[in-house]
Amino acid sequence: MSQATPRPAGDARAEILARVRSALADRPSPAPVGRDYRTAGAGSPSLAADAPRQASLDLLSRRLVDYHALVRRVRLDTATGDGAVTSGAGADGADWVDAGKAGGGNAIAAAVAAALADRGVRRLVRPPGLPPGWLAGAAGVEAVDDEPALTAGELDAADGVLTGCALAIAETGTIILDGGPGQGRRALSLVPDYHLVVVRADQVVAGVPDAIARLVTTGAAARPQTWVSGPSATSDIELNRVEGVHGPRTLEVILVS
Amino acid sequence: MTRPAVRPDAGQASSATFLGLPAVVPPTAPRGVGMLRGDEPFPAAARRALADAQLRHNLGKATGTIRARRAGVVAELDDWDRLRAAGAAIKDDVLAHLDDYLTRLEEQVVARGGVVHWARDAVEANRIVVDLVRATGATEAVKVKSMATQEIGLNEALADAGIAAWETDLAELIVQLGHDRPSHIVVPAIHRNRAEIRDIFAREMGAAGGVPAPDGLTDEPRALAEAARAHLRQRFLSAKVAISGANFAVAETGTLCVVESEGNGRMCLTLPDTLITVMGLEKIVPTWRDLEVFLQLLPRSATGERMNPYTSMWTGVAPGDGPRAFHLVLLDNGRTATLADPAGRAALRCIRCAACLNVCPVYERTGGHAYGSVYPGPIGAVLSPQLAGVTDNPSLPYASTLCGACLDACPVAIDIPSMLVHLRARVVDAGRGTGRPPSAERAVMAAAAWTMAKPGRWARALRAARLGRLLGRRRGAIGRLPPPLASWTTSRDLPVPPAESFRDRWSRRQAGDGLGSLREGQR
Repeated sequence: MSQATPRPAGDARAEILARVRSALADRPSPAPVGRDYRTAGAGSPSLAADAPRQASLDLLSRRLVDYHALVRRVRLDTATGDGAVTSGAGADGADWVDAGKAGGGNAIAAAVAAALADRGVRRLVRPPGLPPGWLAGAAGVEAVDDEPALTAGELDAADGVLTGCALAIAETGTIILDGGPGQGRRALSLVPDYHLVVVRADQVVAGVPDAIARLVTTGAAARPQTWVSGPSATSDIELNRVEGVHGPRTLEVILVS
Repeated sequence: MTRPAVRPDAGQASSATFLGLPAVVPPTAPRGVGMLRGDEPFPAAARRALADAQLRHNLGKATGTIRARRAGVVAELDDWDRLRAAGAAIKDDVLAHLDDYLTRLEEQVVARGGVVHWARDAVEANRIVVDLVRATGATEAVKVKSMATQEIGLNEALADAGIAAWETDLAELIVQLGHDRPSHIVVPAIHRNRAEIRDIFAREMGAAGGVPAPDGLTDEPRALAEAARAHLRQRFLSAKVAISGANFAVAETGTLCVVESEGNGRMCLTLPDTLITVMGLEKIVPTWRDLEVFLQLLPRSATGERMNPYTSMWTGVAPGDGPRAFHLVLLDNGRTATLADPAGRAALRCIRCAACLNVCPVYERTGGHAYGSVYPGPIGAVLSPQLAGVTDNPSLPYASTLCGACLDACPVAIDIPSMLVHLRARVVDAGRGTGRPPSAERAVMAAAAWTMAKPGRWARALRAARLGRLLGRRRGAIGRLPPPLASWTTSRDLPVPPAESFRDRWSRRQAGDGLGSLREGQR
């Protein structure tokens, strides 16, 4: 496969750029890019720009359920900042956490504890910077820290991982991880077979342009990112979508309003 | 990042005498390496594919499924047409200033700890990757599905160098284990149904040296996905080198982007120490903001999803997260030759979604293998002849009915039908002045031109055509013409010529009945 007399590698760059310039000898001047699609702040097709926060959470929940993620919803009491409850399964297919059943107190911790118990998680990967309160109610769960960095084998041996996120997109049911506090490096949310993620209401944006705008303005754009929309899936067999291949086969989301 | 200013002399050259290709056309992709050329012309390969009823059934079912899903999620976006126009305009801007964007991308990748390599063609790209893998001491590499590496035949080059390349995408795994060739851009094993996939897994997984398929494997898609997971798990966890392609590269930050579904991409992009990405020159977008367009267009067009399950983005090397060495190989391999044709360069807008394949009546019946190239379907019919040269793929521009469904489906509005007509002209032009005797087609066209040049000749020819009634007198249609016209009727009937031509009828009526006098009255 290799050539008898390899050309000097340094020439390749110059030659390719010269080829490009020669190919563009006709000086094409294409039309300017029109940004008349829904840009950041214009809402999304399913969500008006001035829709209340609750509506974007409802849409995100429906989209997640549509792609077979599990969803639990928690409503924080705005007066006290903790506790809070709404019970009963929502019309969107999500489970509302009953904080009374979980013993009151921190409703996020109660939802996390319930999710881990239902799943039977014993060893849980804990990324750096995870709010300590989130695991306050998870009795009997061993938290494994990524300091020093866990090997791929150790990650594989864990039952699951709990993370926060950077952003979520309601219109597409997408959760964006950027390695910020409580998220860890990319492998943490990849190798364990169960990914539990907490999404706060203020992290939810309407559409893809809103998410991009926020990533750019917060300087997160150049950080390693993973956009997650539902559990690992494939459409490779007769173009039917099947969940569960190499990534986490179960994605569970706790939505905090 | 600001876009490059319009060149001061823009438009002047085109208003002068520029008529098409520049004086010095960059070279097309070399022969003897990679997969851009078929072993036989499209009609011959298509004829064999059409005889395969199982293939036609598999393709019909799969493309029908994806068409319905795509239509559903595209209808959800009320600004789809505007996104599409923006996608086309962004790509046109990239192509018009490709030299600027390439150097910016290189600058950013290097500034963030990556290494950039330039490959003029498949041979050079393969050599670069082989050398990079060898330098790590590894004898195997895991691969993310990538059209660019298929195009250059990288797996074969690695195998020649004693390096095993493991495909990890489910469909690519099916193709690799089945000693097969990909037949679709997004779903390379679309020609296989679940029962065939089960048989391949049961037979080949153990033989390939990985975890064998479980006993009693069924053809349930869920069970097949589970078998793939078990087969590749250890390979992911222990891999030292990964090789990927790229869907997008953001020039302003040097960010690379790969969209996928299964998590095999994330495994390859995250776990190994060394990552090598091979990317066609045209995969650039200028700014992060441009991703807001393509991350809406691509998933809905490709798999009919609002968003694909996983999108990975990385910028150079991130300490403590992912590979410690990142190499980006920028591949030409006929792309600058494509760029040189003003009427063909829009093919480089392509984002490899395969929507045009899924709606194409020709692709749906012949499948992807008949096109001979790693790029099948309508986009392949315009891309392969441009990358590899029209003389090496002369039949592909004809592998279409020009029905226009591909243009309607294309998320970056590539006018494939017009481009096919343009490339047919280039095929004919390339046949001129070669010193070869004129083909039967050219002889017939020359005769037709002579006949149609004078009204008298044309009228006599039409009367002579009445002789054709003899050929069709039994069935009412002509099923077979004599040579040299026989090929016209191999796949279609010819209607029997009328007893009287319109011209003769007109002259007769004008002379004798009311129609003629009416015409007189109008004067």
